[in-house]
Amino acid sequence: MHLRGVFCGFVAATVAAWALAASGPAAADETRTLRIVSPWEITGLDPARSGYIFARLQVAETLVGADNGGNPVPSLAENWTVSPDGLSWRFRLRPNAQFHDGTPANAEAVARSLQRAQSLTGGMLTNAPIAEIAAADGVVSIRTDRPFVALLAFLAHSSAIVLAPSAYSEAGAVTRIVGTGPYRATVVEPPLKVEIAKFEGWAGRPPAIARASYLAVTRGETRTAMAESGQADLVYVLPPEAVDRLRRNPRLAVAVAPIPRTRLLKLNAASPFFADQRVRAAISFALDREGIAASLLRSPESQATQLFPPSLSEWHVQSLPALTHDTARARALLADAGWKPGQSGIVEKDGRPFRVTLRTFSDRPEQPPMAAAIQAQLREIGIDMRVAIVNSGEIPAGHRDGTLEMALFARNFSLVPDPIGTLLQDYGPQGGDWGAMNWSSADLARTLEMLGSTSDPAERARLRAAAARVLHAELPVIPVAWFDYGVAASRRLQNVSIDPFELSYRLDAMRWAE
Amino acid sequence: MGGVGRALADRLLQALFVALLVGVLCFFLAEALPGDQAFRIAAARYGEDMVSGIAADAVRAELGLDRPAWLRLADWLLNIARIDLGVSLVSGESVFEELVHQLGSTIGLSLAALALSALVGPPLGVFFALRAGKLPDAIGTAAAAALRALPSFAVGIALMLVFASWLAVVPAAGYDQPQSWLLPTTTLALGLAATSSIVSRQATLAVLQSSQIAFARTKGLGEFDVVRRHAVRNAAAPVVAYLGVQLVYLVEGVVVVESLFAWPGIGHALVHAVIARDIPMLQGTALAMGLLFVLLNAAVDFACRAIDPRVRHA
Repeated sequence: MHLRGVFCGFVAATVAAWALAASGPAAADETRTLRIVSPWEITGLDPARSGYIFARLQVAETLVGADNGGNPVPSLAENWTVSPDGLSWRFRLRPNAQFHDGTPANAEAVARSLQRAQSLTGGMLTNAPIAEIAAADGVVSIRTDRPFVALLAFLAHSSAIVLAPSAYSEAGAVTRIVGTGPYRATVVEPPLKVEIAKFEGWAGRPPAIARASYLAVTRGETRTAMAESGQADLVYVLPPEAVDRLRRNPRLAVAVAPIPRTRLLKLNAASPFFADQRVRAAISFALDREGIAASLLRSPESQATQLFPPSLSEWHVQSLPALTHDTARARALLADAGWKPGQSGIVEKDGRPFRVTLRTFSDRPEQPPMAAAIQAQLREIGIDMRVAIVNSGEIPAGHRDGTLEMALFARNFSLVPDPIGTLLQDYGPQGGDWGAMNWSSADLARTLEMLGSTSDPAERARLRAAAARVLHAELPVIPVAWFDYGVAASRRLQNVSIDPFELSYRLDAMRWAE
Repeated sequence: MGGVGRALADRLLQALFVALLVGVLCFFLAEALPGDQAFRIAAARYGEDMVSGIAADAVRAELGLDRPAWLRLADWLLNIARIDLGVSLVSGESVFEELVHQLGSTIGLSLAALALSALVGPPLGVFFALRAGKLPDAIGTAAAAALRALPSFAVGIALMLVFASWLAVVPAAGYDQPQSWLLPTTTLALGLAATSSIVSRQATLAVLQSSQIAFARTKGLGEFDVVRRHAVRNAAAPVVAYLGVQLVYLVEGVVVVESLFAWPGIGHALVHAVIARDIPMLQGTALAMGLLFVLLNAAVDFACRAIDPRVRHA
């Protein structure tokens, strides 16, 4: 039969094309490139937009880094001193530090880069009380308006990476990434790809991994498949439901990294619903955090018993009573606050049913299902909560125009390695876009202010605990779950470690297994 | 060849209308979305952790978002007359340059998928038609219908699980190896081939039942020659014409498949532009896809003219 022959020919040709393409060039070259996959896309070269990617890839460095405990460690600056009045800082740079274009990374160039960072929209240094950044006698000096202990932490933020003068256009925009790190960028293809290679001019210990590539893959299923197939050597942010399956894969080492981030409910304390602390406490008691952590996040230990996760060891207060699930108490508290059962099971006060809208967003895929779980749990105590899935910007927008009632999101307490930076933004007298709304505590404000200027360790520890207690009792925001994410690493890689502050992928310490 | 010239002119005019309509429609759709644009753009640029009232104000001032909408639309129309699509509100790069990069990826992927589906779909359709009513036809037709009913997202994940996760013979995603083409191309091609096989089956059946085929058989041609000489070209006319309709599936598929397989094309950019409310990028990507659609449709028209003389002389 001719026809069958023709048909079989077509099928054979298709299969052959597949097989040919699949076999491709041998994998020998590939073993030399470390392939990193993460969900974060490169949205532009501006350090406020994608600086964190180039910092993590160790292409660009900040003046100061942080160790696992969040303590400042030398990076581009070798050491530093602060004047007795706490206002003047002097940073001595690493000798022989060199930009990837071969020019010296001297005090003048570094100061210029930091000055740009200081005026960067969306950058971190704009939030620090910096009066002046200058270069003098081979030293970078920074003067602040008031004593500001967290300056070192602010300088570790990725929007303050130091780039060479040749990285900027006439107008001051970053046109290419020319940093000082052990790796230099060889290919930058926004929004998805970066390739890096060992920088020969690096004066420190040369990294064992010579080349690496970074690919942004937004879909969790795809990242999982890339880890399973061995196409990627390091995969960040595994979907919770895939972690167990990947753990059983003999080619992979899976670690779950706790990150100083907490998923929480933000409440508008000026609304007639949430002004009363008893209502906020009732909502907290209504939450089944254990259920959410175990079945939605697949990480039972992530249920938030207080605002600060244990990984923020300096802020996590062991002695605080855990936030628990107690529906009966939640109902009693609501009743105390004047909310009485009304029609169709919704509580009412002065004829007004308890009906609110929660805003959340889907960039973090676990948030919409968490919102649905919270919706069901609040319904148990007679609160009718609707869920609106919006863009993340709608939460600060609603904070500002006062239309926000409730929001669910994950707040990063180590935007800079010292959480005080975030807390000052979130729980100051005016509240914060990602913190309290129409709630303030003179006590807390005073405590935070003192923390910002005190350097005595014992006094700081006392102040931290006092601040944590106020937030725990008043519940301006209600903690739901702490944050962790899975990382899959190929067993061909050794010395993989995870930076809890997500400042670096620590590629320079890794090597290939023999 | 005046007919061809006029057809081309028609298509050009059509493309112009598509461009204007798509651009203006995108603008108003994005404007009509609830919420504050400055906050959305700030969120897309700086990430959720860093978006704040201060950042949004800076974005608003930088982009002149507080100007009236009609002024911003007028700006866009004036610019487009100069073939200037503006700059992306998120990345700050020229939309035109970004599109040039992305367009190559998308056209490559689309053409590869069309080619693969043409290789698989119509021959299968002819095969089913020749076995009409028998088991291979029943199974094949049912499978094609099922495949077409599945969203390309589901097909893509299934292929990824089997060929990347389990068998580990192809890369799951990315675009830096020749093998990276396999999964996205096959995902798109399967959906296309499912439809084209059914259309080809129907067309072939119709032709096989016509009197010309009966005559060809009567004059003593073997079955292969009957099909090759008299059935294929006749059946091809409706199949190619139907390709025009299928392009809708392709455009829709590209949006999903590019996101799934981390493919840096226009569909991927469109999804992100919608989320970030990056209006110039949204207009640019929608425009490019609209024009691509017109272009491919024109190609289909010309192919129909080439295949079917009746169209030429009509």
